[in-house]
Amino acid sequence: MTAITDLGIAALRDGVRDGSFSAREVAEAFIAAVEAGRALNAFIVETPDHALAAADEADRARASGAHAPLAGVPMGIKDLFCTKGVQTTAASHILEGFVPTYESTVTAKLFAAGVGMLGKLNLDQFAMGSSNETSAFGNVVSPWRRGGDATALCPGGSSGGSAAAVAARMVPGATGTDTGGSIRQPAAFTGISGIKPTYGRCSRWGIVAFASSLDQAGPMARDVRDCAILLGAMSGYDPKDATSLDEPVPDWEGNLSSSLKGLRVGVPKEYRVDGMPGEIEALWQAGIDWLRDAGAEIVEVSLPHTRYALPAYYIVAPAEASSNLARYDGVRYGQRVTPSQGGIHEMYAQTRAAGFGAEVKRRILIGTYVLSAGYYDAYYTQAQRVRTLIARDFADAFERCDVLLAPTAPSAAFGLGEKTADPIAMYLNDVFTVPASLAGLPGMSVPAGLDSAGLPLGLQLIGRPLDEQTVLNAGLAIEQRAGFTARPEKWW
Amino acid sequence: MKAGRADASRPSMSIDQSTVRRIANLARIAIGDEEANQLVPELSKIIDMVAQLQEVDTSGVEPMAAVIPHPMPLRDDVVTDGNRRDDILANAPEKAQGFFAVPKVIE
Repeated sequence: MTAITDLGIAALRDGVRDGSFSAREVAEAFIAAVEAGRALNAFIVETPDHALAAADEADRARASGAHAPLAGVPMGIKDLFCTKGVQTTAASHILEGFVPTYESTVTAKLFAAGVGMLGKLNLDQFAMGSSNETSAFGNVVSPWRRGGDATALCPGGSSGGSAAAVAARMVPGATGTDTGGSIRQPAAFTGISGIKPTYGRCSRWGIVAFASSLDQAGPMARDVRDCAILLGAMSGYDPKDATSLDEPVPDWEGNLSSSLKGLRVGVPKEYRVDGMPGEIEALWQAGIDWLRDAGAEIVEVSLPHTRYALPAYYIVAPAEASSNLARYDGVRYGQRVTPSQGGIHEMYAQTRAAGFGAEVKRRILIGTYVLSAGYYDAYYTQAQRVRTLIARDFADAFERCDVLLAPTAPSAAFGLGEKTADPIAMYLNDVFTVPASLAGLPGMSVPAGLDSAGLPLGLQLIGRPLDEQTVLNAGLAIEQRAGFTARPEKWW
Repeated sequence: MKAGRADASRPSMSIDQSTVRRIANLARIAIGDEEANQLVPELSKIIDMVAQLQEVDTSGVEPMAAVIPHPMPLRDDVVTDGNRRDDILANAPEKAQGFFAVPKVIE
């Protein structure tokens, strides 16, 4: 018999609905897996009581004939989503002890759909990082290891806790957020699926802000169907977020189809970067062949401004971060350092010096610099102009194709500490994910194979605005042909 | 759009220690001498990386204003929320008589 923790979102939902097992059994099985997985440091806070209360409610409701869409399904929540009555830190000391008095829109929607929360998941501090090594609460360790080697690997970032918890089957699904690749890259590193929807699909209300014009929530789960289910529950118009799109939420799960007859898949030639490992290039080619086999026509397309995406991102994101993070001043919430000398200015400066980690400070300083008098036009305005050109590249490409296929990341997962010395080397992780973020497009990573060391590699699909369906369908076609069943050998 | 471009396209070490101190002060982050020294090359490398954008011809290109163009929503100008003083103060490091409390601002 299959262990409950080996079931995904759809199987758990259906099993609870048809009475194969109770929601209580599901919650208890995953709570035990969370406790057994503490060596991965994927959680900042565990909330078994929340998961059990939701499960008992699901079982009671079922007995009386009612059934919420995700009744009996437990999840992990990235600790960037404000959760009422449960500490929310963004993995930063500056928010340690912060207990929101309100619920983020996305978590409120999930809980209303019947989801129970297993805990708050670790992440890069303020979602700034690509390896989960900037968390103030310690590194997340990937459940994956290279064959015959016990070196601790990173799970990717910033949604590293979410990725590790799903891959280690401590949770069947988790929320993530993606600003420049923070759902897709960790999904690729840990052999799971994750989708960042069109900017504006999921409300940002109650999500700790990093870069507001880029931040977008999305699900991370075992497979494409589970992502479609969770995305449906997380999406929808929210008047509390001025950039929320007032669009109907399609039935993504119901419309899943891996028959791609008539679909044109674009392969962007600029993504063939120098130094890309041969294994990733070969996997990309396999993906092309799989989509062709599913009925799609393959066309080469050009996105000429691709190489300017990373520099544009590292102006826009820090600029918005420096503004968003100005709110952490030790007055309204979080930590405060009161120096013995000096007044309020000194309190601000000492509080922020003690509360923010090194990467967060770097980005605030870069952002402050590019927005400062005399530099604003040269950096920020120029970056926003280049962003227009990048979005235009995509629009031109989508004249000739319906979805784009590319690798998710330029490498497999790396070891903890291997890239922390050089911020720019770390930033290069996001070279394939940042362009779609700048253009607000839906992007998904699906696991597609293993490298020679036995580590997962992902392929990325990028779609037109609001066309998550095509992204999911192409993802499903890859999933069915890649036959990715590898899972990390349990050592924790 | 040409303003500041000469500064920005300066080669490496575009950020010196006094610049680091100036922006740290603007950002209200206290930094020590050692930290400032360490930040000079780190920030310079990042600024050099992003300065690549100066080579892109953007004449006639509008800066992106909305990621996904959509009409800005309007609602009636009425009170929809409020009377939550205790919620708002719940996480304050220091409060007094229903207010946030801070060190003395005016001597």
